[in-house]
Amino acid sequence: MNSADKTLETGRTAASRTDAWLDAQARRVRWFTGAALAASLLLLLLGAAVGSLGWEPLWDGTEAARAITWDIRVPRSLGAWLAGALLGLAGALAQGLFRNPLADPYLMGSSTGAAFGVAVLLVAMGAAPGTAAGALAQLGLAGAGFLGAMAAVLLTLVLARGVQHTLRLLLAGVIVGVVFGALAALVMLWSPDVLRAMQAFLLGTTGLLGWTGTLLLAAMGALVLAGALVLSPALDALALGEAAAASLGLSLNAVRRGLVGAIALATGAAVAQVGLIAFVGLVAPHIVRSAVRPTHRALLALSALAGGVLLLAADVLSRWLLAPRELPVGVLTALLGGAYLLWLMHRRAA
Amino acid sequence: MRRLLAALIFVLAAAPVLAVTVTDDRGVAVELRQPPRRIVTLLPSLGETVCALGACDRLVGVDDYANWPASVQSLPRVGGVDDPRIERIVGLQPDLVLLSSTSRALGRLQALGLPVMGFDIKTLADVRRVLAGVADALQVGGAEAVWQRIGAGVDAAARSVPRERRGTTVYFEVSSGPYAASESSHIGEILARLGAVNVVPGRLGTVPLLNPEFVVRADPQVIMAWQRDAAALAARPGWPRIRALREGRVCRFTAEQGDVLARPGPRLADAAQLMADCLAGRLAEHR
Repeated sequence: MNSADKTLETGRTAASRTDAWLDAQARRVRWFTGAALAASLLLLLLGAAVGSLGWEPLWDGTEAARAITWDIRVPRSLGAWLAGALLGLAGALAQGLFRNPLADPYLMGSSTGAAFGVAVLLVAMGAAPGTAAGALAQLGLAGAGFLGAMAAVLLTLVLARGVQHTLRLLLAGVIVGVVFGALAALVMLWSPDVLRAMQAFLLGTTGLLGWTGTLLLAAMGALVLAGALVLSPALDALALGEAAAASLGLSLNAVRRGLVGAIALATGAAVAQVGLIAFVGLVAPHIVRSAVRPTHRALLALSALAGGVLLLAADVLSRWLLAPRELPVGVLTALLGGAYLLWLMHRRAA
Repeated sequence: MRRLLAALIFVLAAAPVLAVTVTDDRGVAVELRQPPRRIVTLLPSLGETVCALGACDRLVGVDDYANWPASVQSLPRVGGVDDPRIERIVGLQPDLVLLSSTSRALGRLQALGLPVMGFDIKTLADVRRVLAGVADALQVGGAEAVWQRIGAGVDAAARSVPRERRGTTVYFEVSSGPYAASESSHIGEILARLGAVNVVPGRLGTVPLLNPEFVVRADPQVIMAWQRDAAALAARPGWPRIRALREGRVCRFTAEQGDVLARPGPRLADAAQLMADCLAGRLAEHR
């Protein structure tokens, strides 16, 4: 056996080892997808069976029972899952864009922007006479939240002078977030009768999701997921560093613009429908990475699945634990997601 | 021992007659050397209580939201629920500050040497107790008379509800969330006196955050809400099925009426009359 043969031999084993690793990863991705889909289905069934009296499936076929199940519980459960999926997807996009595992989808000010929009609308509705209040109600808190979120992200882009520098974008986003948060607090101080309604928004609320909101979330989810999958190879290149990505012939600015747009739309839509639910966007990609080490293409889709499962689980628990009272769903996402992550870290360390 | 007792009695007798010690809802005994002449209130219902006891002229400052009686509107404003302006309050040199027992300003004002009394007002019994406590502190009578007037007003309101409207099921929304006024809140207690049936039981707490499905299931005949929130009720999933919405028996209280209803104070008779008018269909907007 000469040395050339030896080199070939080592090359072959290395290649087969890589192949084995990739096979194992692909198996894990399939396993994780299956598990997340099964959990989603199970939770959707639970969601249709848990109501204001706790565990109480209504399959008796009366008209009232059907209406409760199909007008209230099913859209609420689906909507919670979709909002969680949007947040998880946006979190994975944000962590890819900023190349930082602590990035979360609210980083560009969209959360407090939405809070400000909602606070202003609540005060306006209180101040407006009857008919105008009706018109404002038509715009709805969801509309105001979405507009506020978009305004905050646009302001962040203006302050950061575009998407040239990721760090500048991050700083501008933090500043805009803090300023809008302060403005929202000012509005609440100025008109304390909106405090309770605001608190419900700030802690997240899935209780008032109907078919309209759910369909909006579904449409936005399909749109953002399509865009994200198109951008996923660019995220893989970005993971190697900006210089490396540029040398691969990537138009960095176009990619960043696309990513910022996708994150803004996803968080704006989710926040508008369910309020400021913390932690889902941050933790969903970590839950995925703890199980598999996929390329961004799979990571994005799986983060959406993980986020959906997390928020739907929190929603079902929020109506179940103290029924007929509700727990703020944001509190439960933090508890569930945090507990899971801690358990993972503990298991790793052992 | 007997000599000590005699000495004690002598000392107590020698003290100025006008000194009085009152205990507030925190269980803190507050000693007032003389009847307070310069009072600041940090809660609308407390300002209204002082005025109802005929001591409106002793108020020197009120919170940002006080608006009744009209005479308080010209008084200096000293802040809101969470942002009391300590410096402004001290500057008014009050000899008594009345505020919520959960207010963050309590400790600060106490540290600055001002006599403060903290009150926790949630139920009708609380209203009665606070009336008596404030009257003791001001060294005025009439607390019981004010309470009797409130009771008589509530009874008159109850009599104005037609017999066939007794037993009407009611859902009272305090804030979109939805947060409801349960049986154990002051609003719930008045509703009970009017013969209405609150669909939200008291064991859930005074103002519970409800699963909206609960209200659909309870199917109340009448919904009472603030005008601000009422517009969006029909847009909630499943809510158009509720009897009150189908039959147009939703009472939308204006901001002014909302103040009367939400403040557990001397205007509770007016609050009872508002709810009675709603039950009797004199307020409901028929669509």
